[in-house]
Amino acid sequence: MSEVPSELRYTSSHEWVRLEDDGTATVGITDHAQSALGDLVFVELPEVGTEYSAEDACCVVESVKAASDMYMPINGEIIDTNPALVDEPEIINSSPYDDGWIFKVKPSDEDDIEQLMDASTYEAELEDE
Amino acid sequence: MSQQTILFEKHKEYGGKIVDFAGWQMPINYGSQIEEHHQVRTDAGMFDVSHMTVIDLTGEKVIPFLRYLLANDVAKLKATGKAMYSCMLTEGGGVIDDLIIYYMSDDWVRMVVNAATRDKDLAWIEKQAGSFDVEVNERAEMAMIAVQGPHAREKALEVLPLDVSQAAAELKRFEGIDSGDWFVGRTGYTGEDGFEIILPESEAIEFWDALAKEGVKPIGLGARDTLRLEAGMNLYGTDMDETTSPLISNLAWTIAWEPADRDFIGRKPIEEEKAQGVQQKLVGLVLEDKGVLRGHQKVVVEGVGEGEITSGTFSPSLKQAIALARVPVGVGETCHVEVRGKLLNARVVKPVFFREGKSCLD
Repeated sequence: MSEVPSELRYTSSHEWVRLEDDGTATVGITDHAQSALGDLVFVELPEVGTEYSAEDACCVVESVKAASDMYMPINGEIIDTNPALVDEPEIINSSPYDDGWIFKVKPSDEDDIEQLMDASTYEAELEDE
Repeated sequence: MSQQTILFEKHKEYGGKIVDFAGWQMPINYGSQIEEHHQVRTDAGMFDVSHMTVIDLTGEKVIPFLRYLLANDVAKLKATGKAMYSCMLTEGGGVIDDLIIYYMSDDWVRMVVNAATRDKDLAWIEKQAGSFDVEVNERAEMAMIAVQGPHAREKALEVLPLDVSQAAAELKRFEGIDSGDWFVGRTGYTGEDGFEIILPESEAIEFWDALAKEGVKPIGLGARDTLRLEAGMNLYGTDMDETTSPLISNLAWTIAWEPADRDFIGRKPIEEEKAQGVQQKLVGLVLEDKGVLRGHQKVVVEGVGEGEITSGTFSPSLKQAIALARVPVGVGETCHVEVRGKLLNARVVKPVFFREGKSCLD
């Protein structure tokens, strides 16, 4: 079974979102997603300063097998990306929820995060897959 | 209906992630495709390739038949057990399949063809064999295990049945030998030394476990693909098919033009193509920018034209993206590849990237 930390929020496209104390949101892909993709070898990070709507494709993660789009979980602006992923995308495989975070967002509306799935709902969805 | 090889339960036991491949339930990896890739490059790995099709061709006219059926010339094989790689062409000169034959005697040749092309290959071979009185026997009751890597042979020799092991120890590259119901070829699809072992299904599970005990790790189809691509070996259906001639698929070296009077299927159209001058060729690409090359990405050769990647991946050995691409013959030393709307820089190289533990790039 893949790990699903209880304090995070989730999308059905397998992104996780963490609301930080300063009101920003950190985003990555879930343990289930990294396991399904296999060894990651490249991440095309979004441009800092770009605004996206929820569900926009904003980033591409590539494993040896295939390229997969990653989707913006909420409306907001990209304010930072994880520089370590440029040379070591495999961090996402080893630490999907911590060192393998992908980008940070300034949410248009913090309440959007609350609307995402909580851990138990996401877990139930994984079981149905 | 999806088929399983005799080793299916073993794949699950060893943690294999099972996918459908050409109608077979096969392991794509057993955890990490990249680790499996390095295992083969640095030590020894084993692949269940029992889904591949083994065909025995027997009869007095086997050699004349194969000289007609295949673009390479079986008459070049003089020594018992010698192996040869060849294309089997359509009347129009397209590639029906690529295959390996082992010359066992003047009335027995063993052939190994791809799993995905089994049905059409058998139908084609049987149709052509009719006038030669050659018997075509598929050996579906046999399993096949490839053991590949710098330490593959020594480890396999430890656990092969004694008489088979003694015979296999003497094999030179690209030779095969039969011993009882077992057959060992010093061949492979990884760019590393090793064996491809054809054995009765009833003995396959025990042999697999014995190899594992010797430290040979199971390797999935994912690493098989990155290994073969680094080694510059074509994949049928991806790098060539019935719509492409061998001349534009980096397979001209497998065509035996001499003797000029040997009439093989597909000879005339590819001879004409050669005389007119081929327009495209299959080259290697190495991505200079960050990213991953994939099949079907567009290749732009400035001032010359466009081409397409046939196979692309991230090379675990070179730690950069590599590809095989079909491009206009006028291509120079560099080109661009269109990846998600951006033109990335690539270097054009001979289509072989990494073999026997070493980079083949300049």
